[in-house]
Amino acid sequence: MFLINCPYCGQRDQSEFSAGGEAHIVRPKQPTELSDDQWAEYLFMRKNIKGVQFERWNHTHGCRKWFNMVRDTSNDKIHAIYKMGEKPPIK
Amino acid sequence: MSKNLRITNSKFIDQTSRISFKFDGKTLYGFKGDTLASALLANDIHLVGRSFKYHRPRGIMACGPEEPNAIVQVGSDASMTEPNTRATEIELYEGLEASSQNCWPSVNFDIGAVNNFFSPLIPAAFYYKTFMWPANFWKLYEYFIRKSAGLGKSPTEPDKDIYDHRYLHCDVLVVGGGISGIMAAKTAAKNNFNTLLIDDKNILGGTTLFQENECFKINNSYSSEWLKKEIETLKSLKNLTIKIRTSLAAYHNYNYLLARENLTDHLNINEKKDKIRQRLWKIRAKKVIISTGAMERPLIFNNNDRPGIMLSSSIKKYIDYYGVKCGQRISLFTNNDSAYEAAISLNNSGVIVNSVVDIRDKTNSLIVKQAEMLGIKIHWKSSVVNTSGYKKINSIEIMKLSDDGTAVVGKKIKEKCDCLGISGGWTPRVHLFTQSGGKLKFRDKDNVFLPNKSELDQISVGSCNGDFELDEVINNTVDSINKFLKVNNNDYENLEIISSKEINKKNIWLLPSDKPLGKTKPFLDFQNDSTANDIKLALREGFKSIEHVKRYTTTGMATDQGKLSNMHALGIIAETAGVKMGELGTTTFRPPYTPLTFGTIVGRNVGEFFDIIRKTPMHDWHVENKAEFENVGQWKRAWYYPINNENMHEAVQRESKAARDSAGILDASTLGKIDIQGSDASEFLNRVYTNAWSKLEIGKCRYGLMLNEDGMVYDDGVTTRLSENHYLMTTTTGGAANVLSKLEDYLQTEWPELDVYLTSVTDHYGTVSICGPNSKKILSKIIPDLDLSDKEFPHMSFKNTLIDNTKCRVMRISFTGEHSYEINIQASYAKSVWEKCYEAGKEFNITPYGTETMHLLRAEKGFIIAGQDTDGTMTPVDLQMDWIISKKKYDFIGKRSLYRSDTIREDRKQLVGLLTEDPKEVLEEGAQIVSETNKQPIEMLGHVTSSYFSPNLNKSIALAVIKNGKKLKGQKMFVPMKNKTINVTVTDTVFLDKENKRLNA
Ligand SMILES: [Zn+2]
Repeated sequence: MFLINCPYCGQRDQSEFSAGGEAHIVRPKQPTELSDDQWAEYLFMRKNIKGVQFERWNHTHGCRKWFNMVRDTSNDKIHAIYKMGEKPPIK
Repeated sequence: MSKNLRITNSKFIDQTSRISFKFDGKTLYGFKGDTLASALLANDIHLVGRSFKYHRPRGIMACGPEEPNAIVQVGSDASMTEPNTRATEIELYEGLEASSQNCWPSVNFDIGAVNNFFSPLIPAAFYYKTFMWPANFWKLYEYFIRKSAGLGKSPTEPDKDIYDHRYLHCDVLVVGGGISGIMAAKTAAKNNFNTLLIDDKNILGGTTLFQENECFKINNSYSSEWLKKEIETLKSLKNLTIKIRTSLAAYHNYNYLLARENLTDHLNINEKKDKIRQRLWKIRAKKVIISTGAMERPLIFNNNDRPGIMLSSSIKKYIDYYGVKCGQRISLFTNNDSAYEAAISLNNSGVIVNSVVDIRDKTNSLIVKQAEMLGIKIHWKSSVVNTSGYKKINSIEIMKLSDDGTAVVGKKIKEKCDCLGISGGWTPRVHLFTQSGGKLKFRDKDNVFLPNKSELDQISVGSCNGDFELDEVINNTVDSINKFLKVNNNDYENLEIISSKEINKKNIWLLPSDKPLGKTKPFLDFQNDSTANDIKLALREGFKSIEHVKRYTTTGMATDQGKLSNMHALGIIAETAGVKMGELGTTTFRPPYTPLTFGTIVGRNVGEFFDIIRKTPMHDWHVENKAEFENVGQWKRAWYYPINNENMHEAVQRESKAARDSAGILDASTLGKIDIQGSDASEFLNRVYTNAWSKLEIGKCRYGLMLNEDGMVYDDGVTTRLSENHYLMTTTTGGAANVLSKLEDYLQTEWPELDVYLTSVTDHYGTVSICGPNSKKILSKIIPDLDLSDKEFPHMSFKNTLIDNTKCRVMRISFTGEHSYEINIQASYAKSVWEKCYEAGKEFNITPYGTETMHLLRAEKGFIIAGQDTDGTMTPVDLQMDWIISKKKYDFIGKRSLYRSDTIREDRKQLVGLLTEDPKEVLEEGAQIVSETNKQPIEMLGHVTSSYFSPNLNKSIALAVIKNGKKLKGQKMFVPMKNKTINVTVTDTVFLDKENKRLNA
């Protein structure tokens, strides 16, 4: 079980959080102007990387805030945590 | 039984307090401090079970968690009996009852032993190969296999014991209280680290605790004496917590560890009473020091599995610690120096040591010299090629090894013995290290896997890190701990250490015999009965990966998880396949290290604490009025209220009729309620619902449908505009939490610019729903001041009002199609309002109804239930609810998906109504629908989603989803059931009051 450093509350057990999939997938501003393929790209396509991945997490049983995490899915090492809307601190 | 196998000078066993216990129904005696295994051995009982496949007699082999054979069932009480426990880990207590598990009908007469004579016919994967086909034969085999396989009996009644969970945070966790663990814990605690030391035994000290041998001394004392003093000093350390009888079960990432503390298993029945049996510690440690030691390997040779063949270090522990002689004429067989420690201990305790058979060339380490001085005979460069004795070993055959070690030569010597100690070297216990994600490296000189890289803040010290000599253990532990904790500890520097050093190493994974391999039985996995031959067969059959060989031969897969012989399996595979062991790698060790009981895993979360139970404010009224309840998520909802001996159908028919004929009352408190405020609240609703919200007048209510981004219906409910920037949204009961999460997600991540605040108020209000043609009269009795005229208070509107000076909100909304009201009031008043309504309604025969009637009534009106009539694959168009999709809005969640090529397909499943040809025939929900009955295979066109007998229409009605259903209205279809086929007609979804006249009745 990880320890996650919520940017609003500090370090807490993973059991307080829930994962919300890949980060930095922006909902298109004008969905109606997209082709089926373009919309499907937004809707369905996710990378699911083995290695360093950018993810969304939610402090469900805490402050309920969403934030972003850079995590290595192969060993669960968390490289960075940053607030929604912020640029990733690492590439 | 007259044999006296107990020596009198054991320091650890209290020979003044005798304990009686039962094994296989027979009353026996042991002493306080014994394990079940040591007490059995003291009673000259070696035979404790039968092997899994061949049902060969098997005896106690070890003294710890690696024991493969002495697996017993403890207790006979139907609620407390526990299978798969190791006799070597059970502390003896007055009244203990245990029985052999791996035998049927009895340990001495075993029907499955017939398999042993047929064993050439039972090669590796015998079970897979034989029972694969024909599939239905399995039923026949299963009975016999299960009965004779000896997997233990589960308790048949709920566990009466109490279990507990607790969290623990520490700076340093030390796992294992042997010599290196004690040094580590003391150093950490003295340097102000908040330290926890755990050990699975009932006493600290590991194997050094009973090491009284001239070859192993510290500062002129036996290493045991030195260590005992060290343990004494631990007591004064304030930062140190010690937990004995506590075994580490799992080591997870981020130094999160689970340990099981055994609190009462060693107590007698009366002392156990009302106490917590086991506690699961959930430990978060900043730093972890693993000092779990090593376990001795067996040797793999012909017939190496007879009762009386034991690990030499275990024989040593039984004599030095428990004061129990495992035999009276003991032989030893080894490839390293450890067996000599056992030989010397036995000799000093007056046991006859026949000889030590050593596969190595003559060596002259300190300890070997000492053994020779004591006159112990040694067969150098020799091997045991066979053993005899059916229920107990009675002799061994010894031959010289050839120079290359691949064959035996010369003449055979027969040696009588009643016990054989074997030692194949040592395997560091790296299980916890690998569980934590650590990678291993291989050390060629003594064929061991050692901890290498880890991402976590942890180290391994002592023999689990590959240090086997006393001086190495001490010096390397001090160095590692100082570096790891960044301290400079001098306590253990400049110690004067005497330690016998092993000079000569030799290893042969599979020892040769004078017989061809196929005629021998060299066992590898004692519990699963796989031999070296099975491994070789698997390799011949083309298996290469260690994980595949393991599964094919079932080596290492029993309850002991191959603790003893995993290394030999790897060694034989590497040798046969011609690869290096380091390259072959090892199989994964999975948690738990030793099995946990279910009780420990669930802790206090049993019975009513298994899951959260949510009750509405009116719950007690429902109970008093004999409601049956159904679980909806965590909620207990009144399902129906049977009167006298009504069954569910009868009650629901009565309730449904009453609600439409006069008045019904429903507890709707469980519906999710979300308070939405902010200057952008209307815009927010526009984006999350399919229909338009900006123009909804203050004081009005509107039904909304919420989609997922993929266009599929997600949830629905009525939302009320309380004021300009204030809405109250309702959701389905089950969807409440997820809807809130979803809305928060969009607000925080996609639309942070919106000024909107969401608060869950589900629990804050109780909701009383009264419906039916007399609902208006009832409400007017309760709130006489409120103008209930259709003009002032029309359908889909709301009023703030007072009941007995308490503020409440009354909505005129309907899920039944009847004229109805929902009163929302602060939860603490809800029960009294409910009772008021019930009292006021009595003259109109107001009838409480539950969820089942609610479902029936809405089905008559063709209203969907999200989650029953939808399943995450239905768009609003599929539901024939096109009317609720705003054409004007530029965007809302899921809009774009409504005209993807897939969602505009005409042949999607669409919601329709169904009427049965026989109006009395009620369809089964989930039943399949087809268009013809004589074609095979027949295409399933859809299924029934909701089905009831409607008392108001006096016929059966159903909702269903059918491919292209919209165009099939009026068509005949078929619902094939097990014994008959039901004829149905596709209809509209609304069965009752299509014109909605009743809403204003
Ligand atoms: Zn937080």
